[in-house]
Amino acid sequence: MTMTPAKVPRELDSPLDGGVGESRRRPDGTLKVTGEFAYSSDLWLEGMLWGVTLRSPHPRARIRSIDVSEALAHPGVEAVLTHEDVPGFKFYGLEHKDQPVLAIDQVRYQGEPVALVAADHPEVARRAAAKIKVDYEVLTPITDARRAAFDPDCEKVHEDGNVVRHQPVIFGGDVAEARAGADVIVSETFEVGIQDQAFLGPESGLAVPGEDGGVDLYVATQWMHSDLWQIAPCLGLPEEKVRMTMAGVGGAFGGREDLSMQIHAAMLAMRTGKPVKIVYNREESFFGHVHRHPARMRYEYGATRDGKLVFAEAEIILDGGAYASSTPNVVGNAASLGVGPYKIPSIRVDAYGVYTNNPPCGAMRGFGAVQACFAYESMMDRMAAALGLDPVTFRQINAAHPGDALATGQVLEHMAPLAEMLGRLKAMPMPPERDAAGHDLRELPGGVSNTTHGEGVRRGVGYGVGIKNICFSEGFDDYSTARVRLSIIGGEPTVLVHTSAAEVGQGLVTLKAQIARSELGVRRVTIAPADNQVGSAGSSSASRQSYMTGGAVKVACEAVRERMFKLFEERLGRPPASLAEAVEHLPEVLGDEVIDETREFHHHRTERMDPVTGQANSHTQLAICVHRAVVDVDVELGLVKVVELAAVQDVGKIMNPLSLEGQIHGGTAQGLGLALMEEIVVADGKVRNPSFTDYLIPTILDMPPMRLDILEYADPRAPYGLRGAGEPPTLSSTPAIVAAIRDASGLALTRVPVRPEHIAGSS
Amino acid sequence: MEFLRPTSWGEALAAKADAPGAVPIAGGTDVMVELNFDKHRPEALLDLNRVGELATWSEEEDGRLRVGAAVPYARIIGELGGRLPGLAMAARTVGSPQIRNRGTVGGNLGAASPAGDSHPPLLAADAEIEVESAARGTRMIPAGEFYTGVKRSALAPDELIRAFHVRPAEGPQQFSKIGTRNAMVIAVCSFGLALHPSDQRIGTGIGSAAPTPRRAFEAEEYAAGELDWAGRSPLDERVARRFGELAARAAAPIDDVRGTAEYRLHALSVMARRTLTWAWKDYLNGGATACA
Repeated sequence: MTMTPAKVPRELDSPLDGGVGESRRRPDGTLKVTGEFAYSSDLWLEGMLWGVTLRSPHPRARIRSIDVSEALAHPGVEAVLTHEDVPGFKFYGLEHKDQPVLAIDQVRYQGEPVALVAADHPEVARRAAAKIKVDYEVLTPITDARRAAFDPDCEKVHEDGNVVRHQPVIFGGDVAEARAGADVIVSETFEVGIQDQAFLGPESGLAVPGEDGGVDLYVATQWMHSDLWQIAPCLGLPEEKVRMTMAGVGGAFGGREDLSMQIHAAMLAMRTGKPVKIVYNREESFFGHVHRHPARMRYEYGATRDGKLVFAEAEIILDGGAYASSTPNVVGNAASLGVGPYKIPSIRVDAYGVYTNNPPCGAMRGFGAVQACFAYESMMDRMAAALGLDPVTFRQINAAHPGDALATGQVLEHMAPLAEMLGRLKAMPMPPERDAAGHDLRELPGGVSNTTHGEGVRRGVGYGVGIKNICFSEGFDDYSTARVRLSIIGGEPTVLVHTSAAEVGQGLVTLKAQIARSELGVRRVTIAPADNQVGSAGSSSASRQSYMTGGAVKVACEAVRERMFKLFEERLGRPPASLAEAVEHLPEVLGDEVIDETREFHHHRTERMDPVTGQANSHTQLAICVHRAVVDVDVELGLVKVVELAAVQDVGKIMNPLSLEGQIHGGTAQGLGLALMEEIVVADGKVRNPSFTDYLIPTILDMPPMRLDILEYADPRAPYGLRGAGEPPTLSSTPAIVAAIRDASGLALTRVPVRPEHIAGSS
Repeated sequence: MEFLRPTSWGEALAAKADAPGAVPIAGGTDVMVELNFDKHRPEALLDLNRVGELATWSEEEDGRLRVGAAVPYARIIGELGGRLPGLAMAARTVGSPQIRNRGTVGGNLGAASPAGDSHPPLLAADAEIEVESAARGTRMIPAGEFYTGVKRSALAPDELIRAFHVRPAEGPQQFSKIGTRNAMVIAVCSFGLALHPSDQRIGTGIGSAAPTPRRAFEAEEYAAGELDWAGRSPLDERVARRFGELAARAAAPIDDVRGTAEYRLHALSVMARRTLTWAWKDYLNGGATACA
């Protein structure tokens, strides 16, 4: 009998009413705000050991030797492991298995795991880890992504070359010809710094050795099955011997798609025969997960005098750091969505994902579309200014609408027309002018830091448009599985919804119950904890869980309903007149029987991008959000107060208004963070600000109130017609805010985040 | 690690004398961060929360306020905001409400970080720090002599900070701080200013733009001479601008992850100019600045 740890998520009872389309609070909301929710860092088992990871201080070095003898002799230490102790395959990775479980002979980034220690106390483990002697031959890190990609003399991070993926997109006529016919040409190079997911729950989990030689893993992750497929080979175990249970997830935003401590804790547990817990602290967390790719993007656009774009050319270089992670797919997004939802007759995009010795980068909310969006929206503003056109009008002239093709040739379908969305956005009331006599410092740039009483403050307005793919793209079948069980408990029909989908804060636990209640007409719905005893749900990413796991729950409920109706007819000799009648008679019809149905849900097929032209119907669904930002900028000090953000977003179907608005607010805030403050600062491959003291994320005084206009242009291919909603607001808020700062300051501002010194002195 | 919990000031001094390596802790908003990040492993922690008098303040016979080292920022804002407006303005910029409920000026002094928010207003207002040891008794250290280096102070290993002494504002005071977000931020640089009309003097304090918090003497002298204290005529903008330039000249900032040296100098000149302008306007209106 395997021991069950304390602080493992339990079943969640949802409120007794509320179906699809209604606002309902999260079933775990009260637990979270009162501090009672069990997060993965709270996991506990009597007699467990603590695992600690020794990491490389160097971004690039050869390892001459590792001496663990002194660490092993440290009292209280039960195991010290290196790559030699990895029981199975020594590499893992989401797409390329290029990342060693523990460094082998070399390290490729600062913070790369080199050795593991398990001890009876975390402090003992830390002190022992400090006694491991690693003899490094320090090498000069490769940190310039452009050089790594294009300079044949540049050293290689991995043997097979520095370009992880190059994806061109070639659409329409010849760009050189179109350039010759353009009246106005503008070009610029843009940069996006490294943003971090900055989730609050650090990487943590517990591994419990099983009596069968397997292991029980309690981890906070975004996709348990993807973890499992990477973990099992490294442990040398068949998948059925790695039992995964989702522990409480303290935020993800893409940062938990890659493995962190999973294999390490399991290795230590299997070696010691004891449960092992690993919890990263905040600083280690900054080295323990991938970040958003920094980007360098060279764009050139041409247009006719009357405001029609005639060509777009872009080179997008995404620095993936030391390991591939999800770089190939981030490149796919940046390439396919590289010029946004605009009709441009000639397009050439070249997107590159590159290996360097910088911090590894991978998935983060917006996934490749964020970086390109900052560039193409900045270009739209720049071209509008060059043509003397209003930025909204210019976008409306060139907007791609349903029936029009994107750069990949994929035709937009079943969605709101962009020009109309922009029209609605522009028509929204503006916030009141700044009260010149007002002395509430919280309303001014700098806030209560009292840097201005109105001096130097100028108002600016800016717009941004973003397009994001929903669900996995490029031919991937990211199906989801749901099990729905109906039984009579205490005389009342009760539904249990069981999936392996990760609740990362997005509200899927709320939505699953709403769907079950709507489909089955039953009041009492319980959400089972996620584990791999049910099939894959795919990842909680790509804004896809409402679509995919929502869809799986819906079809599983339909199957249950069919059996419920059939049983009704068998027992009562006639079909039920309505769902309500069927539910009313359920206690007598069902008795002690249980209806238990498991269904998979697949989205329609997509295609791989053509490696030469990028042409393909590569995306499952597309979603657009548009933002208007109003800012007050102290142009003398370079400080910014975002006064208001307004957004129009098409979500197909509003499933839960409260939850949806939270997603749009949150996504917008994360985009604001990228615009104004969020950056992992790296010098010579080393992170200079691995703490929340110096990696700043927006506070309530930075995030303004929002006006929302949510549209419902149903997508008939999606359950309920819904469109994924979590990521699009993250794209468009960043360029809108920067455009507003440009409007206030008159500066070009080609890099995000915009820092005070980029603005200061522009008065 | 030992955890010492004296219940009186005498016990605290004795404990510090026995264990000079013991780190005093009151609110823990700085000390605990350092411990959690494993930056320090002190031999002992000296918990001052049971020494009740440290969390009190009083009016002294010399007319000054004596504020216990463990009076939290929230109480400085609430109870002393009218009399110590500059310090209260600085206190309002410290961390979050939770941090202001726990964090103390004593802790800020003990850490002696150049970025500490209390330092500029203490410098501008001529505060003195009351420190004491079991062996040598009490001594008073002027704020300007307290800070000796990055995170170093004039405090001897066997001494504890008991209180700071400062005259209630007799003229307008201001505090201004640059951060890259609008709340909960460590200073990129900061500036404190106090007008002392009775002796026609200006006090200043620069934060986070030199190895230690420091005054801008040249700027103080310049402005004191240029301002029309008796006639109360409006501030000449050229004077304000020159004051800003001189204030920036007193700084010796570096480039770091929070900002560039160049930006810090620029921002200091702007903050100094603006705070002098506001303070002088308040002076002309006949008042001290109430805490906003």
